[in-house]
Amino acid sequence: MAENIVVYDRDPGTYKHWKLDVDGSVATLSLDVDEDGGLKPGYQLKLNSYDLGVDMELHDAMQRIRFEHPTVKVVVMTSAKDRVFCAGANINMLSASPHWWKVNFCRFTNETRNSLEDSSEHSGIKSIAAVNGACAGGGYEMALACDEIVMVNDRSSTVSLPEVPLLGVLPGTGGLTRVTDKRKVRRDLADVFCTTSEGVRADRAKDWKLIDDYAPPAKFDEFVADRATALAAQSDRPESAEGVKLTPINRTIDDDGYHYDFVDVQLNSADRTATITVKGPAEDQPTDVDAIHAKGADWWALHMARDLDDAILMLRTNSTELGLWILRAEGDAARIQAVGQSLIDNQDNWFVRETTNFLRRALARLDVSSRSLFALVDEDTCFTGILAELALAADRTYMLDNQEEPEKSPAITLDATNFGMFTMPNDQDRMTAHFQGDVDAVAAAKARIGDALTAEDALELGLVTFAPDDLDWDDEVRIAIEERTSLSPDALTGMEASLRFGGDETMATKVFGRLTAWQNWIFIRPNAVGDQGALKLYGTGSKPNFDWERV
Amino acid sequence: MAINYAEKIPNNVDLAEDRQLQRALEKWQPAFLDWWKEQGPEGFQQKDVYLRTATSVDAKGWASYGYTQMPDYRWGIFLADQAKERKVGFGDHYGEDVWQQIPGEYRADLRRLIVTQGDTEPASVEQQRLLGQIAPSMYDMRNLFQINVEEGRHLWAMVYLLHGYFGRDGREEAEELLERHSGDVNNPRILSTFNEPQTDWLSLFCFTYFTDRDGKYQLKMLAESAFDPLSRTCRFMLTEEAHHMFVGETGLGRVIKRACEVMNEIKSDDPTRVREHGAIDLPTVQRHLNFWYSSSLDLFGSDQSTNAANYFANGLKGRPDEDMFEDHIELDTTFGVEQLGEDGTSVGILQVPTRNAMNLVARHGYSKDCEIGLNRWNRQIKKMGIDFELSLPSDRFRRTVGPFANVRVSPEGKVISEEEWKKNVNDWLPSAEDKAYIHSLMQQVTEPGKIAGWLAPPDRGINNNPVDYEYVRL
Repeated sequence: MAENIVVYDRDPGTYKHWKLDVDGSVATLSLDVDEDGGLKPGYQLKLNSYDLGVDMELHDAMQRIRFEHPTVKVVVMTSAKDRVFCAGANINMLSASPHWWKVNFCRFTNETRNSLEDSSEHSGIKSIAAVNGACAGGGYEMALACDEIVMVNDRSSTVSLPEVPLLGVLPGTGGLTRVTDKRKVRRDLADVFCTTSEGVRADRAKDWKLIDDYAPPAKFDEFVADRATALAAQSDRPESAEGVKLTPINRTIDDDGYHYDFVDVQLNSADRTATITVKGPAEDQPTDVDAIHAKGADWWALHMARDLDDAILMLRTNSTELGLWILRAEGDAARIQAVGQSLIDNQDNWFVRETTNFLRRALARLDVSSRSLFALVDEDTCFTGILAELALAADRTYMLDNQEEPEKSPAITLDATNFGMFTMPNDQDRMTAHFQGDVDAVAAAKARIGDALTAEDALELGLVTFAPDDLDWDDEVRIAIEERTSLSPDALTGMEASLRFGGDETMATKVFGRLTAWQNWIFIRPNAVGDQGALKLYGTGSKPNFDWERV
Repeated sequence: MAINYAEKIPNNVDLAEDRQLQRALEKWQPAFLDWWKEQGPEGFQQKDVYLRTATSVDAKGWASYGYTQMPDYRWGIFLADQAKERKVGFGDHYGEDVWQQIPGEYRADLRRLIVTQGDTEPASVEQQRLLGQIAPSMYDMRNLFQINVEEGRHLWAMVYLLHGYFGRDGREEAEELLERHSGDVNNPRILSTFNEPQTDWLSLFCFTYFTDRDGKYQLKMLAESAFDPLSRTCRFMLTEEAHHMFVGETGLGRVIKRACEVMNEIKSDDPTRVREHGAIDLPTVQRHLNFWYSSSLDLFGSDQSTNAANYFANGLKGRPDEDMFEDHIELDTTFGVEQLGEDGTSVGILQVPTRNAMNLVARHGYSKDCEIGLNRWNRQIKKMGIDFELSLPSDRFRRTVGPFANVRVSPEGKVISEEEWKKNVNDWLPSAEDKAYIHSLMQQVTEPGKIAGWLAPPDRGINNNPVDYEYVRL
């Protein structure tokens, strides 16, 4: 089994496509894609085009900057290749990939782009795209995720979103949303931009607000450095601090699943489910900053977040038919709550803050996973504080009401981390999203912080969906799972995403929502992927043969 | 409340060891008894009735006779013996092992099927609750109560499935079965036929002959189910259902026999004169057959049904006597369904996928089964020297479901005008005058062995007892 598994672990020492240079408060990430270093065989990554493997390195590099380089205030994203910044996602890879691979790829790249913005807002890590050559499609979308875009004005390089005119699909990593919502490009100009395959040169790009500024080639490096310095002034990251080394994740893979120190994933192929058990700290965790630092990557909050993050990515990529994830939490309630309290007490510390931010992003991966999520609060579970987020992330929660042996009944315990700390892509915390913004219901739950809530309590507060008793539990749960996994996976993906993200849209929900709806639709239409579709024929010299009917 | 399960609730489902079931029944059983006292046969709750009780499924135990007050009847839970290595006999799961548990995928459909079937059982008790007070003999009164307690047991059978296999949802549905009441405007029974009260014994005989026979066919279809506990439950229920149809067939036979006797006595076939002599004339019987046969056909549902197709495809509900069919998959086959032509009068045949026509397939079997009793009655009429033949109306007659729903059709099956319908309707269906006459006959007869004048005595009594046995101690 293990030989075909795609893993996300990367290490700067073995990057194929990126170079990470840290110089004081500025980290430079240089894209230098190895043409022959694709994750899968069958395509060449020409012109700094990328595949999932390239993005795994970018994701890893950002994690290193966050944790191992706490004094970095600005990330400069640029290209190490001559006259080309980035040509975007590799078209041959896309056209050769099955649909689910494309979507999973887009989801991950989106999460990585979004995380750049997340770190700008929450961690003080600013970013600047130093566009030093042709910048097309996903390349421009990567730039759009940065706080600033500066461009070389060499009279030939352009920025472009050529997906519509060249490929008959849409930009897949938030290009359209960021052009309107972030860059606020005038609507008609955006229309021209998005249908012009050759793109827009620097001067017009600046006029149209597609970039912030430009400089001639000879002065470009200096120009970028100045901008980086200016951006660094907006950051509140420490002037000096020792980083926390991200040691390799301790993971074993076998036929049963993926096993980590604090996460265990059981793959149940027969019923097309996976059980994700997240475990609390095995021992008391430090509460003061120095001791937390000393723990480093072994501090439970970070260790568990890394395990969970990796488990989610592994499941998404390697277990596509396991459509229902069963979420369980185990551990000691007091220890978990103590860690939650540490996150609050030490929120000004860069490492604690970075860990909180990572936890938020890891949990948000659940929200945007195209899998059904059922939380099972059964015997020996401990959905407490940080781990109670798993229950709140779930589409449904079943809690055991053990009437035969009440002392064996599980409890759910809320703490302050469940109110406002871990926001979802729609900027709501899960409690608010769970109650669809009902402030009274949220307040009632908040009033019970610290109480070990029984099934009856949880049901009354509306925290859990059903609370079968010990006699009913096995059947109720089995039937619910079987029922769920018998439904159309496509319809469920759309339905779950719709129900998970109530309330107002954010840029992130728009990006994911439109990916799910528009792009997914376009990606399977014959006009894109049919034998005579634009994506299929790209690069062959043949013109696509469209079905002209507007749908 | 502690219940001695083996004693109080005879069963072969290991109730004494099944805590889930016990817990559900602890709440439901008292509610059932309250329901029975409120909605069961009115005026006879404290009377000893000579009843048959099933105490096991074998030949010895399924029919033990004795006097019981109805609220003390031992309603039990019985499943036919489990067939070894039974396989799914039809549909897309053909040949796979049958299911001992509900597959989650089919939970909703199975629950719907069981609840709909279960709802008819208490409904008929409610419909018949006043009939004891106008029973034409003690023998008939006892048969009515036997039917009533067995419909009660059939309710138990369906509730067992809900309690045993559907968890909380099942318990809620089981409660609802006691909360809905026949004819209650705000809380009616699911199927409309089961909301019409039965106020005379001719209707009871027709109901048990025609409507209970629909029940038999529904049970036969469910007995094929891939969900084995449902199949086994229904197989055992069928043995009891046979008695109900026996009451219908012999009851109608006795009505007909009495009519023939009177006709021979007075040497006339004039209905008015037959009535003057206190019998129910054969044309009136025919009109009742027309009414009850047509309304029972509607219970089979639409001739073309996506639900029926899904039930068949998924192995939930098969065809009656599925073994008799050659093709158990019916994936690409078609079946002819009658259609009203575009001219509004002609009748054509439309070929539809067989799976969609399962209701119709079952209904055809039902119609054939209905003919058997009819032939018997006609032989009796002929034997008594009367020139009259009873018949079933066309399947298109007086339908509210299917392609001929609300189309005016004669009993022969010809599409007719509204005018023609109005002109003949009193010859085809029971009129107000018929009903008034029937009601005038409904007088309680309680002396053992005595029979109301409109009805011939039965050929024999119950369980080798004489006809004049004291079947109900009043």
